[in-house]
Amino acid sequence: MAKSYVSATINGEQTEFLCETQQTLLDVLRDVIGLTGSKEGCASGDCGACSVIVDGRLVCSCLVLGVEAEGKTITTIEGIAQGDHLHPIQQKFLEHAALQCGFCTPGLIVATKALLDENPNPTETEARYWLAGNLCRCTGYDKVIRAVMDVAAEMRGETVG
Amino acid sequence: MSSLSYAAPTSVDDAVKLLAGASGLAKVLSGGTDLLVQLRSGRLKPDLIVDTKKIPGIIGIREENGGFVIGAATPGAEVEAHAKLKAAWPGVVEALDLIGSTQVQGRCSLAGNLCNASPAADSVPALYAAGAIAVVVGSKGKREVPVEQIPTAPGRTSLAKDEFILEFKLPARPARASDAYLRFIPRTEMDIAVVGCGISVTLNEKGVCTAARVSLGAVAPTVILVQAAADVLIGHTLDADTLAKLDAAAQAAAKPITDKRGTIEYRTKIAGVLARRVAAIAFDRASGKTNGKAH
Repeated sequence: MAKSYVSATINGEQTEFLCETQQTLLDVLRDVIGLTGSKEGCASGDCGACSVIVDGRLVCSCLVLGVEAEGKTITTIEGIAQGDHLHPIQQKFLEHAALQCGFCTPGLIVATKALLDENPNPTETEARYWLAGNLCRCTGYDKVIRAVMDVAAEMRGETVG
Repeated sequence: MSSLSYAAPTSVDDAVKLLAGASGLAKVLSGGTDLLVQLRSGRLKPDLIVDTKKIPGIIGIREENGGFVIGAATPGAEVEAHAKLKAAWPGVVEALDLIGSTQVQGRCSLAGNLCNASPAADSVPALYAAGAIAVVVGSKGKREVPVEQIPTAPGRTSLAKDEFILEFKLPARPARASDAYLRFIPRTEMDIAVVGCGISVTLNEKGVCTAARVSLGAVAPTVILVQAAADVLIGHTLDADTLAKLDAAAQAAAKPITDKRGTIEYRTKIAGVLARRVAAIAFDRASGKTNGKAH
């Protein structure tokens, strides 16, 4: 079986790759393109560690085929920071120590980005439900939620206490 | 090296030809939230994947003849965001919205949930209760099939090899009509139904039920439509006597198995409890008392 040729915009750059049908977008990102920030936790859509944004929608890249990326615009964790400057979400995760082992962190940051793109002023309940598909076995989630609520306020330009 | 092929046809005709001409197992891909898991686990070893999402109309929602037409592969997040659909069919929308995480909602579809044919599928009892019609396309053309005729057993459907669902039709709503869906799970999110129940009702000016459809999930090999439960609602208000009869009818229809999610006895009892709760929400919504979320 010949590999398929796929062309997509990944983190703002036109990217071309070859992949087999059964390779997921996560397989392609990590093993073909070398973007290893997205993590494989479960490979079944349960843990959210592989979260990416495809055409504005948050998805698990393990539940998307690489060939489906044709013509799509994709943002991965590598596309969140602006050059050498951390995105405010990344900065707040650091300040609040919203991570320990860090395996879930790329997915949580991408999912938080998608949340704040859609809803800049989420309630804590909305943030918790939005992030319910991102499993973290270290933090107990409280520090994550504090970071999310804090960065949301900061990005809205509100004074943070 | 794998022999798995992929095609993303841009018309119904091309998709049907690919399915009809496939030499081995061909699978239709909508959102892929079930299919990719089954591929990865090795449970399914197809030779061809036909991605339907580039077919015009298969993603999107439109109004038609006072009702709604929902593209078969429309992601849950897009359905949830449709305010008019949500107002007319809150039960269908809340049921689809219960599937998986935000990430899964970015992909999961009504057609995938129906054709995966899990007895515990959340959107399916709501579609049964709604009287939704699946528009099925294949080599012989187009046919309209009541959704309850699609699943035949766990993981099996009545669709032929060359057929797939293009869209779902939800009928126009008369005045004082609404629906609701609840599932029971032992936590608040991210779980599979122990029991699910969907109910759609139409009331008259006095609050008497004039039409009803009741369905149960996860208590039989497929989601089931429970005519006996609908019959006890029709002609009555939702008083204590009606609720007791509804509970009994739901329990009588439930033929569950014992597994890690619940025992036969537990699921049977929950079927009755959920039917009462769902009926209360559907009646309240239909009489305009509330349009809030059921869960």
